Amino acid sequence: MDTFNILLMGFISIVIVNNLVLTKFLGICPYLGVSGRIDMAFGMGMAVTFVVTLSGTLTWLIDHLILMGTPLEVTRYVCFILVIAGAVQLVEMYVRKFFPSLYESFGIFLPLITTNCAILGLCLFINLWEIDSLVEAVVLSFGAGIGFTMAICIMAGIRENLNLADVPECLKGAPITLITAGILTLAFMGFAGMIR
Amino acid sequence: MANKSMDSASIYKQTLLAGLWRENPVFRLLLGMCPTLAVTAAVKPALTMGLCVIFVLLCSNIVVSLMRNLLKPHLRILMFTLTIATFVTIADLFLKAFALRMSETLGPYVPLIIVNCIIICRAEACASKNGLVVSIIDALGMGVGFTLTLCVLAGVRELLSTGKIFEAQVMPDWFVPWAAMSMPVGAFITLGLLLGLVNAVSKRKA
Repeated sequence: MDTFNILLMGFISIVIVNNLVLTKFLGICPYLGVSGRIDMAFGMGMAVTFVVTLSGTLTWLIDHLILMGTPLEVTRYVCFILVIAGAVQLVEMYVRKFFPSLYESFGIFLPLITTNCAILGLCLFINLWEIDSLVEAVVLSFGAGIGFTMAICIMAGIRENLNLADVPECLKGAPITLITAGILTLAFMGFAGMIR
Repeated sequence: MANKSMDSASIYKQTLLAGLWRENPVFRLLLGMCPTLAVTAAVKPALTMGLCVIFVLLCSNIVVSLMRNLLKPHLRILMFTLTIATFVTIADLFLKAFALRMSETLGPYVPLIIVNCIIICRAEACASKNGLVVSIIDALGMGVGFTLTLCVLAGVRELLSTGKIFEAQVMPDWFVPWAAMSMPVGAFITLGLLLGLVNAVSKRKA
């Protein structure tokens, strides 16, 4: 029961309270780039969730079974980025084979998941927070993916409506998106007191 | 001969200036947003971050430019990333050894330079196609442009959130610190408004 509670708390905190996009500024590039339409945003969210769960788990294993306590610890970043690049390659092949139309519409943003800071950031945070059970690491990485999907879908929903709004000429595009994101983080700050 | 050297000199100058304004990584290309938003609560960490990025950008551009003829097309992104990761590790260890406090403030955002789109973008768009000198100048221009942008953003935010710049008091006594500016909200909204300002200014010029 106790471990279940810890896992549930961890999950809620990474999805809502410590949402990677809105409080840690990770994954801003796809957040601004792919949030134009809600179906694409959802597809991107799913792809990121898959990659982040896979690489969060793998990097935890590599970190704890191989790197920790050996002089190889300095190669941590190189190992992490290799794992992520491999996972992204897998997703890319899968999407190209089974969802060709989605693959077309993603374009450059699919391989760019490798350079999505949310993924490397999450792996680094798991290392930084000294998470020492595998299950917790898996739950946290899955939660991070869900949090990203949620944030990008909310944003896409707002932006679809924003297309109809009368925005000042010089604020069109990225500026107004950033300001909207700012107001969104303000809303999410309300959750901050919920969990330590 | 003289004419040719004039040409290359003007190319160098153009490359250098492109990074500072015309193709400014943050304002124009919208690259490297994560560190831009995350470390700009105060000027000092922003400046450190900028210097780290200049170092990594310079080193990776030099290495990529030197090995540009050996690269296989489908493996090049991987090679770029590994090169960058190596130099970021060096920068991170350097900060941990000589500026522990700053390294703790920046936290995971130093290793996150690896996935900073500016560096990969310059490796792909410039260093893998051009010679050594152009690559070095391009790295300097882009790096300095990035650092200046970070400092401007951090200056505005630090001034409004604490009334200080570089930890020195500048605002008069009656100034009430605006705490929201040091939070994520401040980062997003300040950057949004600055981008709008840049758009307005460059439109008026044109």
